[in-house]
Amino acid sequence: MSVKADQRSLDLENGRVELSHGSGGRAMAQLISGLFHQAFGNEWLARCNDQSAFDVSAGRMVMTTDGYVVSPLFFPGGNIGSLAVHGTINDVAMSGARPLYLSASFIIEEGFRFSDLKAIADSMGAAARGAGVYIIAGDTKVVERGKADGLFISTAGIGLVARGLDLSAEKARVGDRVLLSGSLGDHGVAIMSKRQNVAFQTEIVSDSAALHNLVAAMLAAGGGGIRVMRDPTRGGLAAALNEIAQQSDLGFHLQESTIPVKPAVAASCELFGLDPIHVANEGKLVAIVAPDSADAVLAAMKAHPLGSNAADIGEAVADDHKFVQMTTDFGGRRIVDWLWGEQLPRIC
Amino acid sequence: MKYFDEFRDKTIAQGLARAIDTEVSSQRAYRFMEFCGGHTHAISRYGLEDLLPANVRMIHGPGCPVCVLPASRIDMAIRLAERPEVTLCVYGDLMRAPGSQGQSLLRAKALGADIRMVYSTLDAIRLAEQTPGREVVFFAIGFETTTPPSAVMIRIAENKRLEGLSVFCNHVLTPSAMHSILENPMIRNTGGVPIDGFIGPAHVSTIIGTRPYEPLAEQFEKPIVVAGFEPLDVLQAILMLVRQVNQDRYEVENQYSRAVTRDGNRRAKKEVSQVFELREQFEWRGLGLVPNSGLKLKRSYAKFDAETRFAIHDMRVADNPACECCAILRGAKRPVDCKLFGNVCTPETPIGACMVSSEGACAAYWTYGRVRDEQMRQTS
Repeated sequence: MSVKADQRSLDLENGRVELSHGSGGRAMAQLISGLFHQAFGNEWLARCNDQSAFDVSAGRMVMTTDGYVVSPLFFPGGNIGSLAVHGTINDVAMSGARPLYLSASFIIEEGFRFSDLKAIADSMGAAARGAGVYIIAGDTKVVERGKADGLFISTAGIGLVARGLDLSAEKARVGDRVLLSGSLGDHGVAIMSKRQNVAFQTEIVSDSAALHNLVAAMLAAGGGGIRVMRDPTRGGLAAALNEIAQQSDLGFHLQESTIPVKPAVAASCELFGLDPIHVANEGKLVAIVAPDSADAVLAAMKAHPLGSNAADIGEAVADDHKFVQMTTDFGGRRIVDWLWGEQLPRIC
Repeated sequence: MKYFDEFRDKTIAQGLARAIDTEVSSQRAYRFMEFCGGHTHAISRYGLEDLLPANVRMIHGPGCPVCVLPASRIDMAIRLAERPEVTLCVYGDLMRAPGSQGQSLLRAKALGADIRMVYSTLDAIRLAEQTPGREVVFFAIGFETTTPPSAVMIRIAENKRLEGLSVFCNHVLTPSAMHSILENPMIRNTGGVPIDGFIGPAHVSTIIGTRPYEPLAEQFEKPIVVAGFEPLDVLQAILMLVRQVNQDRYEVENQYSRAVTRDGNRRAKKEVSQVFELREQFEWRGLGLVPNSGLKLKRSYAKFDAETRFAIHDMRVADNPACECCAILRGAKRPVDCKLFGNVCTPETPIGACMVSSEGACAAYWTYGRVRDEQMRQTS
């Protein structure tokens, strides 16, 4: 986003993106300055360079990258823009890092409404400001109609980790507690409720949120007792715990009765034959915590608005098979496996 | 969650489990087949087998329509979808079901076939209305529960003169499959693989009622308890089966009386009989050719029949010879008895019927049951 332009303003109300808005000429400059700079406004973008320079204190940094292709682009509780900012921040934050800077690259389909693009960019800006991070680099490409589903966003994120902190998926130990920050499945169900061919009425909104402040509160309370953190996005809690089980060479044993699921989410999942434990979240985290720190960390989670429904849902156990198991409400046991391929509804 | 929580009450479940435990005779084994995938799913998801005495064993039946659809029908669907003028509408579970060469609709879609995942017949109608130049084919599949919507769809297509809409019909009938299982020589002659009773279908029975099972119970002297899909339904049905076995009764009983009557849904049955008629035989993955077990469109609706319209024919292909689905579906073997289970045949790469859908016996076992067996082996 390096082009300075001061031509007539874009028709943000009725205009649409044309191929020329990605061609490097004046139209592109207009789009960048009139829409993206307005939305993201910060000192780095204002300098209009092909890159942004920033100072960092000596220490340990983390970097992540992510792509966003959600459909529909707008859903209850957010849109692809706010989701991209929250998702990238959360990937950085799960290392225990304080997120600092993001980049965002936009692949836009010809004919996309400026009004939609502006709404998305504005919500990205708002999400970034709300989280105290800056979007300091970006790119815009326009592809022909039919070559992209409206809009794709890819991001990168950079953050700074406190010295000595090294959260990682292989660090879980037998006896550790599994702490979940809140109810499962809100994001996945909110998205599904707006899909064209299954649209249904629900009060559920996406849980999309930036979790770094919750993480900071947990670290302050639990110090070195926190071993691993994950945000259970695609594949849900089941995928997150199975990954950690593989990496740490152990199993997990969960108590179904302790896992929070909102009644409306549970009902929607019933309708579509889904299991909330496989449904995506965008504002939840699961932490594996040493037993003697678990109470303090859980208390810190509950004291934070994004963790008020946090729960201790189980423990890490020795298991050669690295299974995630769950004692059901009935007292029986089941395996909580990864999803196989895409989450598809059962037919009868 | 109203209407769910009442049927998932832990205290009542424990009471039922205690009653089963008290009433079973330690002198004998009880082998019950739950016909439907929905029951299999409930048993697995709630860990119900852990609540049952060791001598009560549940056998997972063939009641998952995706699982029992043979490879030849998937092949036919893929051939249909590969036609440039065709848009094939498919229920989600079917996308991964394997054809004869390991191909699937999912792969055909990736290669460019116009295949759409739909949630109901209404989606297919909408698509046909929106794309008048296209041949929209609805891949109709399922037991008696999903047949009435297909019948209604065809009548709507006729009324609305939707020239582009047709149906690839794979509807199958539950009582015929139960008959085929019980008639199997392995069960009939050797006495080696008995099934002591059935948990009868839930949703299917809301349509057909309980009457169609009566000749089966009578002829084969097996108790059948029609039950709902909630965990308490299943436990109560098991208790009812235990009582029948203990009393040497073989009746059709209705545990699911909140939804099922003896005669079922007359209006739905009428809709079905107006549009569909019996096929002489239909192939089931795992059971082979079963007489009078499938439906096809009546001649008067032939123009909506994709098989006629596109002149595609069934080319029967053999199931993998090492696959034990046939024996597993009949309760003769367990998933772990199959050489393919967990090696070449997994939920990601299903070979046999039982691994295809999450409701299949092997898939449910893979997902939920492995640990239980492991623990039993370790303690014994």
